[in-house]
Amino acid sequence: MSDRITQSLKNGRGFIPFVTAGDPDDASSLEICKLLAERGASVIELGVPFSDPMADGVVIQRSSQRALENGVNLTRVLSLASKLRASSDVPVVLFSYLNPILRFGIEELCAEAKRSGIDGVLIVDAVDSEARELSEMFAKHDISLISLVAPTTSDERLEKICRNARGFIYAVSTAGVTGARGSISNDAERLVARVRKFTDLPIAVGFGISTHEQIEAVWKFADAAVVGSAIVAEIEASLETQDAVSRVEALIDHLLPLQMATHTHKVEGSQL
Amino acid sequence: MNFEPDNKGYWGEFGGRFVPETLVAPLDELNDAFLASRDDPEFHAELATLLRHYSGRPTPLYFAKRLGEELGGAQIFLKREDLNHTGAHKINNCLGQILLARRMGKTRIVAETGAGQHGVATATVCALFGLKCVVYMGSEDIRRQELNVFRMQLLGAEVRAVDTGSRTLKDAINDALRDWVTNIVDTYYLLGSALGPHPYPLMVREFQSVIGREARKQIVEHTGKLPDQLVACVGGGSNAIGLFHPFLNDEGVRMTGVEAGGRGIGLGEHAARFAKGASVGVLQGTRSYVLQDDDGNIAATHSVSAGLDYASVGPEHSYLRDAGRIEYASVSDSEALEAFQMLSRTEGIIPALESAHAIAYAAKIAPKMSQDQIMIVNVSGRGDKDVDSVRQLINGGGR
Repeated sequence: MSDRITQSLKNGRGFIPFVTAGDPDDASSLEICKLLAERGASVIELGVPFSDPMADGVVIQRSSQRALENGVNLTRVLSLASKLRASSDVPVVLFSYLNPILRFGIEELCAEAKRSGIDGVLIVDAVDSEARELSEMFAKHDISLISLVAPTTSDERLEKICRNARGFIYAVSTAGVTGARGSISNDAERLVARVRKFTDLPIAVGFGISTHEQIEAVWKFADAAVVGSAIVAEIEASLETQDAVSRVEALIDHLLPLQMATHTHKVEGSQL
Repeated sequence: MNFEPDNKGYWGEFGGRFVPETLVAPLDELNDAFLASRDDPEFHAELATLLRHYSGRPTPLYFAKRLGEELGGAQIFLKREDLNHTGAHKINNCLGQILLARRMGKTRIVAETGAGQHGVATATVCALFGLKCVVYMGSEDIRRQELNVFRMQLLGAEVRAVDTGSRTLKDAINDALRDWVTNIVDTYYLLGSALGPHPYPLMVREFQSVIGREARKQIVEHTGKLPDQLVACVGGGSNAIGLFHPFLNDEGVRMTGVEAGGRGIGLGEHAARFAKGASVGVLQGTRSYVLQDDDGNIAATHSVSAGLDYASVGPEHSYLRDAGRIEYASVSDSEALEAFQMLSRTEGIIPALESAHAIAYAAKIAPKMSQDQIMIVNVSGRGDKDVDSVRQLINGGGR
């Protein structure tokens, strides 16, 4: 397992934060990513804003909209990633819908993403043979296409998906869109157990995780917890006060009391 | 030439299934139910009964003598989908899909609507079968189609306003998809046009092809021959593909889909997906022509007609366009408004603003055709819903 993402998650108790690139602005976004790397992110998911995020709940929809209004596009997301890479070795996964990637060009993205230190790409609306083709193209550039599985995914599909999977498996905790929920359904644990039958890759659970207790609960049966909307909501709450970085830091204090995560990623020259 | 999609829902490079993993299983379940219904005589008998006794089919193919005289040139026949129950072709698809939903044991229906015609048709079939109905509608469309909102509510549906993006049809589809993915166990997504992930484009086309099957038979009865030209408006494209599909193998029949030219040629001023600079992309589950910016974000669109105001188009249209089988043209807001009044005045038929686009294009080409040539224009819906906004546009000089 030479994959940097896999390596970073293999010891369990992994933490995968999501932020939309360029929300509230590029500089703050970079500072937030550095903070997350320093405070125990095993992998950072960097959201590429899109006009029609059909898998996302309102918090990430609004975040995406803010980033678009700031003029953020894939070129700027990659620039942000390479600045992060200059000071941290944290693995970075782009989280995107297919259309911005198609418009940018797959081959172009492979080359640019590699240069920017991107380790993986997750494309929400690519499944089946379309996903397999993309995965093969990315793999030629040592970039892992991350596969999503859901409680509705049959064992037959799980087997096929796991056979081609790289990096880690992203298990969607429950049928629905992204966004905080009161509790993590039993669906998630059952799904992770089913996925384990087909792969040795680390499994992360996402959608709806927003508290320390939920992260602990997920760590009991999965290798990592993804937290997105809860972080993005702090960024949204900071728009007036312009204290996005410290708000996210306060949230992380709550989500991950110090030393809880398995390891932290060194950030060079960080002013945090 | 082959006009059927492959088993993954691709017509050439167009179509397919681009959805989050959670929706794959419900789409497979839907596809299985759809394929089973296709081979089931009982399903067809039940649907035929509803189409006849509930919706009033077959709809007439009416010879528009005075319109033809005013324009000169071709003989114009109107396929009167406006005479369906609920006033538009949308009911054809809704009756088919509601029977599927019942077979699948679903108890809650969600739908999107642009002009409100599909929302009204969905609310109607839900009332007919006693199913819970939620309709998503962009707040901009709610503003310009107030009457249809009230109709849906009268029929027992809950109308949820969508305030994201351009607040039109595209945004309503996003929210309907979000609802479906959250409630897949009991909910059926009754998509209203030949759009979205496989099997919707195929399924909606199948349920709408009754338009073309009837028209083909009726025109031969009326005139003893096939038509020279078919014209229909294209938003998502369900009324057009419904009329065109049964004629695709009739080589002598020309077909033109009419898009919304809006108020200008700049991006954001129209909904002409096939206009100059057209590009292919993936939106809402399907690969097709899409109005988008350089970064792959979906462009805002404009049309006086809410039902044509959509940034993408059904994948089968994209395929047939590139294959050269169907031509596409566009007419402007003002041309559609003129046609709206012209058909009202010459034939006593007030068409929907969507259908007025087809009439406007027919008015352009009829004079160039000879008197022995025959053209069928699809009047996809009636214009009652638009009367108020047209009154404001005529008296107030636009919005």
